[in-house]
Amino acid sequence: MSEPARERDHRDGARAVAPLAIAVLGFGASYGVLARAAGMGVLAPIVMSATTFAGSAQFAAASILGTGGATVSAITAAILLNARYAPIGVSVAPYLTGGFWSRFLHAQLTVDETWAVAAEGEGRFNPKVLLGAGLILYAAWVLGTILGVAFGDVIGDPANWGLDAAFPALFLALLVPQLKDRKTLEAALLGAAIALALTPFVPAGVPIIAASAACLLGLRETPPATPHPGTTP
Amino acid sequence: MSMSTTWIVVIAVGIATIAIKALGPVLLGGRPLPPRLAGPIALLAPALLAALVAINTFGADRQLVLDARVPGVAAAAVAIWLKAPVLVVIIVAAAVTAVVRAVAG
Repeated sequence: MSEPARERDHRDGARAVAPLAIAVLGFGASYGVLARAAGMGVLAPIVMSATTFAGSAQFAAASILGTGGATVSAITAAILLNARYAPIGVSVAPYLTGGFWSRFLHAQLTVDETWAVAAEGEGRFNPKVLLGAGLILYAAWVLGTILGVAFGDVIGDPANWGLDAAFPALFLALLVPQLKDRKTLEAALLGAAIALALTPFVPAGVPIIAASAACLLGLRETPPATPHPGTTP
Repeated sequence: MSMSTTWIVVIAVGIATIAIKALGPVLLGGRPLPPRLAGPIALLAPALLAALVAINTFGADRQLVLDARVPGVAAAAVAIWLKAPVLVVIIVAAAVTAVVRAVAG
């Protein structure tokens, strides 16, 4: 990746996820519809979007509740789906230099898409981009949920619009510029292989956590001396 | 399902997710990672991004499937190779998937 002309800020983060915000709005609405159909009422789905703010976990919990599954299964599935946020949180932590509440806020807005657009390669993350992107996607997700529970099935299935393909397309667009050397390429291929190989055998969410083990390839040799985040201009 | 069941799930998942997300940033925030971890952490983004691409393209409820997402993501790959902006990449993926789905029924 070529060196950016200037450091990215909040607006760059907001701009980077803007196209995805439409897809997130659509999926928020379909979550609202599904959650209401599953008998979760009006307020609970909105509270869940505002607090959990993690699509796949919320869909899993709603569909398990809607099909009469056990409370414990719904909770366990959702937590397994969100477990990847532990390593993701550790990866951004060195770049969150604010006080407790600032770090806490950034952490809550760190989801797959915002983390991916905030990545600047070689393990560096831009907290301003993370915040700008996070606020846009959070607003889209909560607003979408409200629209879904309030107005029901107005847009129909987001899949009819191909919106489910928007997410892997974004992740691919953010992955490709990072594949600069052999080690990064190997980690990416191993991560994808682990995730695909485990999918038929373990609950959803586990393949993604397991894929993070591919980063252990980085232990093979001593890493180059990377500058401390505070020392860049 | 009772309303209290719903609220138990909403509150339990909410608290657990908030805690999982906060763990790293709140406990380790602002401090450089131990040098031994720098190598693995640098590879976490490519490994997880590739896994997210794979699962979101082929995964469906504990199965691997080939459906309309595959041509959509393939078209996105071509757009990326042609150095299209991310917005175009996303629109191409959604449009191709939507068309294939509509045609294939």
